[in-house]
Amino acid sequence: MPISENVDQSRKFTRRLVLLMGVKGLALAGLTARMYQLQVRDSERYTTLAEENRINTRLLLPLRGRIFDRHGRPVAVDVEDYRVVMVAEKTGNVQQALDRLAGIVELSPEQRERVLREVRRRRRFLPVTIASGLTWEEVARMEVNAPDLPGVLTERGYTRVYPYGEEVAHLVGYVGPVTEREQKEDPDRLLKIPEFRIGKQGVERTYDRRLRGRGGTQRVEINASGRVQRELGRKEGTPGDAIHMTIDMALQQKALALIRPHRAGSVVVMDIHTGDVLVMASTPGYDPNLFIHGLRAKTWRALQTNPLGPLLNKAVSGQYAPGSTFKMPVALAGLESGAIDTGTHFDCPGVFQLGRAKFHCWKKGGHGPVAMRDAIKQSCDVYFYELALRLGIDRIAETARRLGIGVPTGIDLPAEKQGVMPTKAWKRGYFRDKRNKAWFPGETAIAGIGQGYVLATPLQLAVMAARLANGGYAVAPRLVADRPPGNRTAYRRAQDGFRRLGFDAANLGRIGEAMAAVTNETGGTAFWTRIAETGMEMAGKTGTSQVRRITAAERARGIVKNEDLPWHRRDHALFVAHAPLDDPRFACSVIVEHGGGGSRVAAPIAREILLETQKRYGSLAERAGLDLDFAHRAGGRGIPGGIR
Amino acid sequence: MQEMDLSRERTSPLRRLGAIDWGLTLSVCFAAAVGFVLLYSAAGGEFFPWAAAQMGRFGVALAVMIVTAAIPPRLWYRLAYWMWGLSVLLLLAAEFRGIEGGGAERWIALGPLRLQPSEVMKIALVVALAHYFHTVRFENVRRIRTLLPPLFLLLVPAALVLKQPDLGTTVILIAVAGVIFFLAGVRWWKFALFGAAAAAAVPLIWTYGLQAYQKQRLLTFLDPSSDPLGAGFHITQAKIALGSGGVFGKGFLNGTQIHLNFVPEMHTDFILAVLAEEFGLVGALALMAVYGLILYHLLAAALRAKTQFGRLVVSGVAFTFFLYAFINLAMVLGLLPVVGVPLPLVSYGGTSMLTLMFGFGLAMSAAQGGESAGEQLTEE
Repeated sequence: MPISENVDQSRKFTRRLVLLMGVKGLALAGLTARMYQLQVRDSERYTTLAEENRINTRLLLPLRGRIFDRHGRPVAVDVEDYRVVMVAEKTGNVQQALDRLAGIVELSPEQRERVLREVRRRRRFLPVTIASGLTWEEVARMEVNAPDLPGVLTERGYTRVYPYGEEVAHLVGYVGPVTEREQKEDPDRLLKIPEFRIGKQGVERTYDRRLRGRGGTQRVEINASGRVQRELGRKEGTPGDAIHMTIDMALQQKALALIRPHRAGSVVVMDIHTGDVLVMASTPGYDPNLFIHGLRAKTWRALQTNPLGPLLNKAVSGQYAPGSTFKMPVALAGLESGAIDTGTHFDCPGVFQLGRAKFHCWKKGGHGPVAMRDAIKQSCDVYFYELALRLGIDRIAETARRLGIGVPTGIDLPAEKQGVMPTKAWKRGYFRDKRNKAWFPGETAIAGIGQGYVLATPLQLAVMAARLANGGYAVAPRLVADRPPGNRTAYRRAQDGFRRLGFDAANLGRIGEAMAAVTNETGGTAFWTRIAETGMEMAGKTGTSQVRRITAAERARGIVKNEDLPWHRRDHALFVAHAPLDDPRFACSVIVEHGGGGSRVAAPIAREILLETQKRYGSLAERAGLDLDFAHRAGGRGIPGGIR
Repeated sequence: MQEMDLSRERTSPLRRLGAIDWGLTLSVCFAAAVGFVLLYSAAGGEFFPWAAAQMGRFGVALAVMIVTAAIPPRLWYRLAYWMWGLSVLLLLAAEFRGIEGGGAERWIALGPLRLQPSEVMKIALVVALAHYFHTVRFENVRRIRTLLPPLFLLLVPAALVLKQPDLGTTVILIAVAGVIFFLAGVRWWKFALFGAAAAAAVPLIWTYGLQAYQKQRLLTFLDPSSDPLGAGFHITQAKIALGSGGVFGKGFLNGTQIHLNFVPEMHTDFILAVLAEEFGLVGALALMAVYGLILYHLLAAALRAKTQFGRLVVSGVAFTFFLYAFINLAMVLGLLPVVGVPLPLVSYGGTSMLTLMFGFGLAMSAAQGGESAGEQLTEE
């Protein structure tokens, strides 16, 4: 091999090697430039991204506000309880673990299904609640069996408890898990917490925003799979506001005791000046505590299909023909319009002829000639057929609506029904069929005695009684007080808080006097259920509303006694009242579904509850104008199990 | 042709240690030490499972390097084609009896040892090509006929590796062979021709040569945001780790992207993310400097070598090492698609470290013969 060749080879190699080194150098310089770009120029952006990766802000569940009655008795509270949670990742075979758990705590098939669904949906290291509200015995058994149940833990948490249960179910409602729709409608991030419970019914729902509180935040460091590594910081939230209801639970219990012997009905007692609802009882009811730990499907179906409607708050959702309790608005409309005065008499022969149609009075022989006062006192139907026809439906409706019939009261409860106060225009709009659109005089006649299309809720009847008794002010009922207890402020009379309805005070006085006659004069329809205690006497009006037509044939045979009819065809018994006679303060309405006669069934309940109310609260004169009733009474009813 | 210098043959093993390039050895140890620190951090401040094992492996690899360096170059020269042949056999064995790993058949079990034949092939190819060009007369290098045997030496293993499928190693094999061709004196226009042919073959390779996951990786590389939680996740999270490290880093054991597992493969292919996040740009540049030092020592050895075999072996090994480093860095920096090439001497893993250290040993051995100029490798 010639030397020159070797030298050529070596030279060429060196040349090319140096060239190659240059290329390598350029490549490394390129990498360095890229490093500079990422680590210096764009560093800030990537630092932010890294922080976003690592830090997760979680919402902490605030404690839900408590709900009290007007004397500070707890109506809804959060109680610490024990629950079983499962971390699927540590459990391994979820099915098997659930089988084993079933021998330790009570597990319904629905619960099992829900757990399996949640385990599938959520990340495997997040705990899923299996059962809550464990008994002490169950907690003890859980502890004993813990070694056999990896990933299954007993945890402490809070559960909503309603100490009064069924007695306050329709008012306070209950809370439950958030539905998808609720989440869509409400942007509050609290709703995304699985353990969050939202108000579903009653005050829990109406005042949900105030009860919720504000969530605290917890800043945690998470890893790539989302598992929490450590807490970086925490800001506690604020518990929800306490809500003070106007209800007096002692009175509520008394009212329920009175109405429960009847199958279905409701009692409302309200303050005619402030609008405070002291009693709103509806029977039958349900236990809201059942809803907290998940209602069994069977129980839910039973509640839903029960013909007596236990889920319904009849005081605001039940609509009834007001019957004779509607005679006050008709009479007031007559006086206000000048169609009648106190001396105007109509003759009652027991039947009223309108064209070919006959309208009967409840009293077979008739009342003879009657004026307004006696017509109300004895509840003469013919007088009101006559008066109604003179007034026409629209003028009756105008007065009745001002008193609250057919108008939503605006009570702070969901699902309030508005009733029906028909007018000619209403009928035209309501019926599709042309033949039904016209208003007939006969319809005006029966509206005069609160039958036909007229429908009112028990709360509307109480409002009507209140507005008649408070001097014609537009008092509106309320379930929640606008100020906390212990804050003694002057009792506000209706004239200081509500607008005038524009009725002549003298006319209202005449109606009141007629109502007083019903209960306090012999011959009044409720004389036998009057309040005898001096200074506590009540004024009222009976009502018996038909749920069926009495045919001519039946009438010829003699009217069938209510007791002989099947229950659902019997008349509703109604009574509206206010008390005391002198400077009245409370209004009351009672409805007993298919109870029969208002004077015999409904009036005694009103009497008892109004008497009890007055005994507890005394008269306005005695109380020197101070609203002492809201004063917080120490030692309210305690609840076992520790209230937070 | 001159006879072999017999006095050399009798040199004691201890004296043969004179072949060892201590500067290179020190640089290599430094790079490996960086790896230990990063593996300790990647394990959350623990020696186990990675750092300790890596230290053990490095010890073995260091021994292999020293022994390799101490063996006279003549022996390596003679074994060149045998090594190539054995590597091809191992590749074939992996093809039929390989163990699945990382979606491709790359491993072969030899007793308790898990061997990656494609790694061994890289060095064997360098040695075989160096041998071949050593035997070729310089003026004949220009002939096309001369290039047919080395092309065969390249294409057989390249085809086998591509079939595994291991795109990264295939590219490395072709590039390393290309560099040896280039340094051996193959003319410029032939490279241009090859380049044009390769460009023309791209659509064919895309259609027939690539697996679905390889195509996905390439597509994801071109547009990482198209799949931010899937294949693009690697790239995106590694970039975040690097970028958030800034100039001075977050500090040893303080990398959030690393310790919260946002960067996948952080102890193997993406170990640069650990370095750059915890030690910042300064740390990354320090590693580049160590690599530069290694390349400098190899360059010096290449220039020192007096035989064509020696020059080509040293520069072939150097280029292999450079390619490892460049491809890995460029991949983590988001300049190249994710191809599964480790960061040399730093990433956790035995085979690539052993291969490279063996290569360094070979380079040291082959670079000898300075003083007794004309030391011959052949016995003709």
